Amino acid sequence: MPFRLDDDQRALRRGVRELLQGRFGRDALRAAVDAGTLDRKLWRTLGDAGFFALSLPEADGGVGLGLPEAVLAFEEAGRVLLPGPLVATHLAAGHVEGAAEGRAVVTAVDGPLVEWLDAADVVRGGDARGARPVRSVDPLTPLHRVEPGGPARDDPVAVLLTAAEQLGSAGRTTEMAARYAREREQFGRPIGAFQAVAHLCAEMLARTEVARAAVYAAAVTADPVDVAAAKLLADEAAVRGARDCLQVYGGTGFTWEADVHLHLKRAWVRSRRWTGTAEAEERCAAAL
Amino acid sequence: MDLADTEEEADFRARLREWLAAVLPGLPPAPDPADWPARRAHDTAWQRRLYDAGYGDLHWAASPALRLIFLEETERAGAPYVGANFVGLLHAGPTIAAEGTAAQRARWLPPILRGDHVWCQGFSEPDAGSDLASLRTRAVRDGDRYLVSGAKLWTSHAEVADWCELLVRTDPDAPRHRGITWLAMPMDAPGITVRPLRTLTGTAEFAELFLDEVPVPVANRVGEENDGWRVTMVTLSYERGTAFAGEVVACRRVLGELAREARATGRWDDPVLRRRLGRLGAEFRALWRLVQWNVGGAGATGAVPGAGGSVFKLRYSHARQELYDAAAEVLGGAGALDLDRPWVHDRLSSLSYTIAAGTSQIQRGILAERVLGLPKGR
Repeated sequence: MPFRLDDDQRALRRGVRELLQGRFGRDALRAAVDAGTLDRKLWRTLGDAGFFALSLPEADGGVGLGLPEAVLAFEEAGRVLLPGPLVATHLAAGHVEGAAEGRAVVTAVDGPLVEWLDAADVVRGGDARGARPVRSVDPLTPLHRVEPGGPARDDPVAVLLTAAEQLGSAGRTTEMAARYAREREQFGRPIGAFQAVAHLCAEMLARTEVARAAVYAAAVTADPVDVAAAKLLADEAAVRGARDCLQVYGGTGFTWEADVHLHLKRAWVRSRRWTGTAEAEERCAAAL
Repeated sequence: MDLADTEEEADFRARLREWLAAVLPGLPPAPDPADWPARRAHDTAWQRRLYDAGYGDLHWAASPALRLIFLEETERAGAPYVGANFVGLLHAGPTIAAEGTAAQRARWLPPILRGDHVWCQGFSEPDAGSDLASLRTRAVRDGDRYLVSGAKLWTSHAEVADWCELLVRTDPDAPRHRGITWLAMPMDAPGITVRPLRTLTGTAEFAELFLDEVPVPVANRVGEENDGWRVTMVTLSYERGTAFAGEVVACRRVLGELAREARATGRWDDPVLRRRLGRLGAEFRALWRLVQWNVGGAGATGAVPGAGGSVFKLRYSHARQELYDAAAEVLGGAGALDLDRPWVHDRLSSLSYTIAAGTSQIQRGILAERVLGLPKGR
């Protein structure tokens, strides 16, 4: 029962992290915020690296890995705020021509919302005709509203991969807050020496690590209740982590130039996608 | 990553489950929680049953995976928990196993495993609670023995213990973390006075210990003289590692009982309460996964390196309090205030969890300094 990453999984995580650092670093992130459009070349690079085809069987031209590996890749995507309908395209691999290779951008109707509709080649999961644009709170996730909205989708794989992105974001904001608390000085010492700040950071870490255990375990069991629990904890870790990070950054955190708000806004979007808080809580309650 | 049992583990689980089903129906009911002599008799008898059946030494001799299976299966079957054997099995035992000499292991471990000896913990003092390193109980070398004088506080079940894992100051001039030594003190030595301490639950769960020139042989020292702080960190890594793991399974069982009660009384129709219970379900599910994750990275004895244990301790102690707060909601009205109802006494006793074994503030400090690398603060 060795519940820990094996060498191959560590190597995969390292590989995805290096790819994203090279291809979607801080400058690329800010450029994406300014452009507001999907970078099709980046999409193709992700496709070439196997990001969308990770779970597709080798016989179908995929990489043939399991859910734990997909979770690790999506965690890395969450860390760097990689934009685009990543989950929908990943799910479409093997079903939609070109999705696995990153040639097609696939989005999905999820409850009343569709993300990246204008950039998408294919829409799955519902009818998006007549969808009206929403002025999205997250500059990296254009949204459309569909009326009347269907029920939220609860494909366990989609829910878990979204939770994995939240986990990545939570880990990143924890690191950002800790680094800032070590470097930023007030009253003649680093602010991390003040318990009020240190304990805020410690709670961020604790939320992230509990969410990590839940997300990784759900990746192993693929049990729908495990998945709902993982989404619940990862949503909380990401949303509260970004808020606390903003608080640690102080006035700087409230500026557009700091990346903190981008993490918070994306975490808000993800927390309403593929099983929201209320549905996840109800699912966990029903299992008691 | 894997959570499935190996063949060996599945076999162990099946045999244990079968054994528990056979012995549990014949077990006497648990005694009154305030009656420590009865609790000692009950808990040590159970430990002896485990030992005779070959399950006695799981706490530090078997693989961590088998230990988690043992905890899962005993909790699910409603078997007695370690109780009065807690310090011996989960604290002193693993410390002696890791740091003791061969002679010390042979002397102290078998009686713990057989349920012959009960241990208590003499770490905290009136002025050294969270600031453990400020302890003042002194041990002065007198030939081949130490003479120990001072006072200890919050010593669980000291009145029925045979041995005490004791922290003493052997060098008052050394920096505070350096002059400490870890001793095994026999509780029948002259000079020991035990005074039970009534807690907010209304019963005596702890005792105060007054030590007046108590002779403790130098041979009872575990680790080197003045190296007790390091030995203590070994002890605490077990405490924060898996010592409370079985309680998570117990909390999940309680949560299931709360859901059944709420369904039976119609309280389940309240979506606020229902969702609150659902969130607790997610939390305890995740905490058990965190235990499995920590153990996946732990050594063979189950000692969990720093971070994982502190995250677990921090989150578990708060979740346990939230669980019994939710229980009060399920009981509602007068039920929540009635000590004869189930869960009300547990709600009181849960208040100690964010204080004992290192307060939440201490755990946050550990995480901030040792994991996140934040500067030491005040």
